[in-house]
Amino acid sequence: MNILVCISHVPDTTAKINFTADGTALDPAGVQFVINPYDEFGLTKALHIKEAQGATITALNVGGPETEPTLRKALAIGADQAVRINATPTDAITVAKSIKNHIQANAYDLIICGQESIDYNGQQVPAMLAALLEMPMVNACVGLNIDGNMATATAEIDGGHATYTASLPMVIGGKKGLVEEKDLRIPNMRGIMTARTKPLSVEEGQNGGNTAPQSFRKPASKSSVKMVAPDQVNELVRLLHEESKSI
Amino acid sequence: MILVFVESWNNQFKKASFEAVSYARTWADMAGCGVKAVVSNDASNPSSLAQYGADEISTLNLASTGAGIASQLAAMVAGAKGVVVAGTAVGKTLAPTLAAMVDGALSTNTTSTPSALEPVVVERGAFSSKGIETLALSGGLPIVSFVPNAIGIVEKAGSGTVTNADASGKDLLTVGEVSVASGKVALPEAEVVVSAGRGLKGPENWGMIEELADVLGAATACSKPVSDIGWRPHSEHVGQTGIQVNPNLYIAIGISGAIQHLAGVSASKTIVAINTDPEAPFFKAADYGIVGDAFDVVPRLIEELRAFKAAN
Repeated sequence: MNILVCISHVPDTTAKINFTADGTALDPAGVQFVINPYDEFGLTKALHIKEAQGATITALNVGGPETEPTLRKALAIGADQAVRINATPTDAITVAKSIKNHIQANAYDLIICGQESIDYNGQQVPAMLAALLEMPMVNACVGLNIDGNMATATAEIDGGHATYTASLPMVIGGKKGLVEEKDLRIPNMRGIMTARTKPLSVEEGQNGGNTAPQSFRKPASKSSVKMVAPDQVNELVRLLHEESKSI
Repeated sequence: MILVFVESWNNQFKKASFEAVSYARTWADMAGCGVKAVVSNDASNPSSLAQYGADEISTLNLASTGAGIASQLAAMVAGAKGVVVAGTAVGKTLAPTLAAMVDGALSTNTTSTPSALEPVVVERGAFSSKGIETLALSGGLPIVSFVPNAIGIVEKAGSGTVTNADASGKDLLTVGEVSVASGKVALPEAEVVVSAGRGLKGPENWGMIEELADVLGAATACSKPVSDIGWRPHSEHVGQTGIQVNPNLYIAIGISGAIQHLAGVSASKTIVAINTDPEAPFFKAADYGIVGDAFDVVPRLIEELRAFKAAN
């Protein structure tokens, strides 16, 4: 079984986000980059499948050379090989087209993406990829069972869950639930050493884009919190009604 | 025209669906064109969409999945100046699938109506609510998926002609068991969310949280540690790797306010934090705060709100 795990290279959750002076891009200065948390759940799920039934896991990222440490980390966690598609990930459709070309040139049974990346929060690439490849796709996937050529997947839907079946190959937009937080693996020394010698190949991807960011700004900071004494809850109710008009 | 997908559940339109029609009306008025709403043919009272601005209401036999519906819309976009989809669970699959099928320009997580046309420019949330992006939909058919509750419902009459459409959809998934909690407000669409964390000390103490949610007509939510230790289901986990919410009012009880949690809630219009620790980071992100014991404050809040609801 060949599994492709798509990995985004994103600012760490706790990173302070700043934009360049002209406001048109993220300022990467001082930002620690990590494997996108949603993708880490996907990578760990791929490892579980490999351990249960055998698989080759390829980790893929679309980006410049600066993203290679993130791919090496995926190798250290347990992916067998990595591919960096050398392209500027301007928007999801461009990224999806690049990945599509790679998938068409290689036979994958299962493509696991995180449902979204925590930088641009698009939640677009997995569905676009599936549409371009005419494969089934399950978004917000919180459970996946592979039996031969068939997959059973559970997804979060508004207010509940739905279960789907599909035949492989398919695309998953995964999140926590695919595996649990406690299942996530921290690379050990042996993993880090072997990651150095695992293959990391570079392919050329698509550039361009159908959308163009004009500017980024930070949300207006909240005016300072208004404190209410615990024995004056009626005052809170009044504020919620008269001031914020929330109730 | 502006094409808008109108989702229904058990034959009833979702609240976000009315908002989607309102969004389309605003866009269509800027562009000087009409609004065409695409609706399941078993939705009750499709002509009611006219009061939110639908001019043409097209009913059809919808496919079962977001991707299947996208294949139907792809056959209906000829002549459209734009497409609007609410960012529900279905919409989140539908919009990018459609964008890939028609090589369109998509904005998801959108929080504004267009500020310009040619190209269409919208604002959207990025960097887990730490940034706001202004995005130009410069190449191909503009498609907008918006965050439910970010725009609001506006009543504005459209001509509302109902016609039958015929477009067959292609589902690549087989839908099995679907379970949706009945009578509960779905989190992503909720106008009020009551959320609690480890400060509640145990799952047996959630009764008062449910009661408070009940008084407010709110959805219940929880912090990540609480879902990780199994006090509450994962589906209630709000935050970075859980569900992102966008209510008018978010009440956080016994949640410290870790950055991962705030990433999922800071789009809320008004935030109330109740915590015993005056140093809890949530107070920096909140509009109103109470330093106090949840077991003392919440029952009082329920009582005060009941009195308020009775008087108003």
